[in-house]
Amino acid sequence: MFQNDIDITPELIARHGLKTDEYERILRLIGRKPTLTELGIFSAMWNEHCSYKSSKKWLKTLPTKGDKVVIGPGENAGVIDIGDGDVAVFKMESHNHPSYIEPYQGATTGVGGILRDVFTMGARPIAAMNSLSFGEPDHPKTRHLVAGVVAGVGGYGNSFGVPTVGGEVRFHPRYNGNCLVNAFALGIAKRDGIFLSEAKGVGLPVVYLGAKTGRDGVGGATMASAEFDDTIEEKRPTVQVGDPFTEKRLLEACLELMQTGAVVAIQDMGAAGLTCSAVEMGAKGNLGIRLDLDRVPQRETDMTPYEMMLSESQERMLMVLEPSREAEAEAVFRKWELDFAVCGETTDDLRFRIIWQGKEVADLPIKELGDEAPEYDRPWVEPKKAAPLADDDIPAVNDVGAALLKLIGAPDQSSRAWVYEQYDCLVQGNSAQIPGGDAGVVRVEGTSKALAMSADVTPRYCEADPFEGGKQAVAESWRNVTAVGGDPIALTDNLNFGNPEKPEAMGQFVRALQGIAEACRALDFPIVSGNVSLYNETHGEGILPSPTIVGVGLLPDVTKMATIAFKADGDEVLLIGGHGRHLGQSVYLRDLFGREDGTPPPVDLALEKKNGNFVRGLIAAGRVSTCHDLSDGGLGLALAEMAMAGRRGVRVELGDLAPHVAVFAEDQARYLIAVKPDIAAAILADAEKAGVRAERIGTVGGDAVDFGAAGKVAVADLRAAYDGWFPAFMGGGLA
Amino acid sequence: MRSAVVLFPGSNRDHDMVKALYDVTGFRPTVVWHQDATLPDVDLIVLPGGFSYGDYLRCGAIAARSPAMLDVARKAKAGVRVLGVCNGFQILTEAGLLPGALMRNAHLRFVCKEVKLEVTNDDTDFTRAYRKGQVIRCPVAHHDGNYFADPETLARLEGDGRVAFRYAEGTNPNGSINDIAGILNEAGNVLGMMPHPENLIEALHGGLDGRGLFESVVRTIAA
Repeated sequence: MFQNDIDITPELIARHGLKTDEYERILRLIGRKPTLTELGIFSAMWNEHCSYKSSKKWLKTLPTKGDKVVIGPGENAGVIDIGDGDVAVFKMESHNHPSYIEPYQGATTGVGGILRDVFTMGARPIAAMNSLSFGEPDHPKTRHLVAGVVAGVGGYGNSFGVPTVGGEVRFHPRYNGNCLVNAFALGIAKRDGIFLSEAKGVGLPVVYLGAKTGRDGVGGATMASAEFDDTIEEKRPTVQVGDPFTEKRLLEACLELMQTGAVVAIQDMGAAGLTCSAVEMGAKGNLGIRLDLDRVPQRETDMTPYEMMLSESQERMLMVLEPSREAEAEAVFRKWELDFAVCGETTDDLRFRIIWQGKEVADLPIKELGDEAPEYDRPWVEPKKAAPLADDDIPAVNDVGAALLKLIGAPDQSSRAWVYEQYDCLVQGNSAQIPGGDAGVVRVEGTSKALAMSADVTPRYCEADPFEGGKQAVAESWRNVTAVGGDPIALTDNLNFGNPEKPEAMGQFVRALQGIAEACRALDFPIVSGNVSLYNETHGEGILPSPTIVGVGLLPDVTKMATIAFKADGDEVLLIGGHGRHLGQSVYLRDLFGREDGTPPPVDLALEKKNGNFVRGLIAAGRVSTCHDLSDGGLGLALAEMAMAGRRGVRVELGDLAPHVAVFAEDQARYLIAVKPDIAAAILADAEKAGVRAERIGTVGGDAVDFGAAGKVAVADLRAAYDGWFPAFMGGGLA
Repeated sequence: MRSAVVLFPGSNRDHDMVKALYDVTGFRPTVVWHQDATLPDVDLIVLPGGFSYGDYLRCGAIAARSPAMLDVARKAKAGVRVLGVCNGFQILTEAGLLPGALMRNAHLRFVCKEVKLEVTNDDTDFTRAYRKGQVIRCPVAHHDGNYFADPETLARLEGDGRVAFRYAEGTNPNGSINDIAGILNEAGNVLGMMPHPENLIEALHGGLDGRGLFESVVRTIAA
C-alpha cells in the first residue's frame, strides 16, 4: 500500500538528490512537511538538470538577441526567421548519463526528446545532428558504447523519418567514465504557426496525449544530476525506453491537430515527465493546474502517484485545448491510435494539485516550484592554463606525406562512414549535403533556400584554455556554416562539464561561457536555445570541458553552395587567411608524438569575420564551389580530405616554410578554396582589396597529395587509411 | 498517369514518393489511408518506404494485413501495376504478392549509402526506360534488405527474367542472395525493390538515375 504521508528522513532527502538547505527551503515555502509525492515533485523540479541552479547566473550573460531571433532561450526550442514567413526551430540536448548506463536506449531517447522539443512548437523536423564523445578506443567499454549509441541514434531517427545530416565523433581517455551524447534537431514552421507552453484561460481541459505512462525513467533527471560511482549498473531503471513508431504518430497527430486551431498550449513530457510539463504550462500562464491521476493512461498496474509524477516514459504530450474542440481533437488522436485523456484542468488558484484515488496527494504553489528553485553562485577559480610551447620544443618530421598518412588514419581524423552510414541522411528528399563535408545542408521544401548546420567543439583546446576554447567552438561552427556558403544566423549550445561544486570545474564552465559569449557578440551569432549537462564525472574525474555548439545558417540559393571535393584538374588552390605557425594542442603533436601540450590557437574574431565574409561572398556570387575550412590537422588534413572527396591529387608549393609547421599548424580563421585558373588572379586581387590574406599554394591534379621535396602521399593510400580505421576498430568491416 | 500512395502508420518516405511521382509524371498521386478498404482506380499503386508499425513483429508483417492491402492484392491480380520500395517491398513479400523474404542485413546494421544497380531486365513495365546491363546509381536506407528465397524460387526468378535490379560492382550492402535488389511477380505487374529511386530524381540529389523507373511506368501506361 502506498504511503503518501511518511516520515521524511535525512536519508530520504539525500536519496532525492536534495541538500539539507534545499529541504529547509521547501519547508519555508510550503509551511509544512511535504508528502512523499511532493518531495518527489520538488526533487524533479529542483535538480540541476531541470532547474539550471548552478548555471543560471552565467547563462543570463549570454547574447540571445538578434534581428532574426523570433524566440530565444526559455521555450522548448529557439526560433529564427529565415524569410518568406518561414522560421527554423532548433535545439540541442544531452543524454550523457543515460547513454553511459544503457547506450542504445539512452541515445535513442535523447534523439526522441529533442525531436519532441521541436515539433511541440509546431515545427516539422527536417534535420538532425549529433555530437558524440567516447573514451579511448582501447578502453574495455568504448566499443560497447559506440555500437549501442550509434545504433540508438539511428534506430530512432531512421524510423521517425528525419535525415541525420551531420555530427561529430571523438575519442579521449577523459570520457572513459562518462560518454557524451548530444542530439540536435531542427524543424520548419510558419512564423504565425508557432505553439507555446503558456496555458491561457481558467477551467480549460488539460489533456494527456501519446503513449501510456509506465515505470521507466523514474527519477531520470535526478540521476542525470549526479556523479557516477560503482553503483551505476543499479541505475538502469532510471533510463527511459524509446518508441520511435509512437513518436512518428505523435508528430503527425500533433501537427494535424495544430492545424485545427484547437490547441491553446502544448508541452512535451521530457525530463521529470508529467511534473515538469504541467508546472511549466501553469507557471508560465499564471494559472494553477489540477491533475487527476486516475485518468492518466497507464501501461502498468498499481502505479503510485509518486511513480506517475516522476516517470519519464517517452512519447507523451500535455495540451490545453479549446473545450469546444475536444471531440475533434480526440478524433485525430484516435485515428493515429494514440491515447487521449482529459486528466485535469486549469485553475485560478496558482496551486499544483494532484488527485489520486479520490484523495489529494500533493498541493503545492505552482509558481514557486519553478521560480523559487535554488540558484547558486558557485565558487570558481581561474582554471589552470597550459603553458605555451617554445618553437624549438616542436619536433619536425622528414616526410610530411608520411605524417599526413598517419594522421588521416588516426582515431579522431579517420572517416566516420561506419557511424553515419547507420543514419538515414536522405529521407524527405531535401538533403543537399550529407555527412562528410563541412556542414549538413537541407533545402527548405518548396523553395530554393537551404539551411546549413554544423556541430563543433574542440575539447582539448577548452581544457588547455577554456576561454579561448569557448571562442573557438563558436568560431569553428560559424566557419563551417560559412564554408558551404551559409550565412550564419544563430546557434544552440550544449554545455557539458564536470562537477560544478568543484571550483576548478566551475571555473572551466565560467571561462568557457565567457569565451562563447565574446565570440557570439563579435560574430553577431546569438544563442537561441541550449542545454547544460554538469556532473559528468566518475570517481571524481571529470570530462574534458565540452561546450558543443551547433550553428545554423541560411543559403538563399542552394544552387550556390560549396563542397569540399576538388572538382577538376588544373584548378588553382588558394589559401585564405595565410599560412599558420601554431602547433600547441595540435593533432600533429598528439597523434605523432603523444603530446597534448601547449596553448590552443588563439581566435582573432575580427579576422575570423573578415575572412569568412570574404569567402561567403565568393560562394554566393557563384565564383567558388570548392571550399573547406582549416581546423584539426590544419592545411594538410584539409588538402587530404579535399583530394579524397574529389578522387584527384594536388601539387602544393610550400616555398621556404618549415614544412611540418605550414602543413599541420592549426591557426584559425582559414579556408582553402579551389578555383578555375582564369579567375584566380581576380580573386587574389579582390582579397587584397578586402584586406584578406590570400595566396596561391598549389594546383589540383595527379594522384597524390604532393608537397614536393617535403614529401608526398598517394590519394589511394590516404583513402585506405582514412576508411580503414573505424571498421577495423569496431571489428569486422562492412559486409 | 494516375497513381496512389498507400500511407501506413510509420510510413516515412511517402512524402518523397509523392514528390517523385508528381515531379516525373506531372500528376499528384492520391494518398490512401491504410484503413481504406477500397483504393481509387489508378494506373500505379505505390507502397512507400518507412517503418510501418515500427517494424514490430517483422518488417511489413502488420501492414500486410491492413484493409487497404486486401484491395491492393485484388487490383494486382487484375493487372494494376504495384510498386513497393523498401518497406513497401517488405510489405509485398509479407502479403504474399512477391516471393521470398527480406532478412536482417548480413552485418546486422542499418545502412544508408549509395550503391550501384545493374538493370538486369529492361523488358519490364518498370525498367523499359533503362538499357539491359546499364549500371545506375541509387541510394539504399534499410535494416532488413537481405533478400532470400529457396533454391526453386530463386531458379524460377532468375530463369523467368524476374530479377529487375541487381547490386553491381561489389556494392551489395546487405548480403542479398544473387545480389538481388528488386524482383517482379510472375505477371510482371508488381515490382518490389529495396533501393530508393525516389531519392535520386533532381539536381539537388546529385543525380537523376532514379527517374528512369517512373518514366518506364509512364511509357508503359501511354503505350
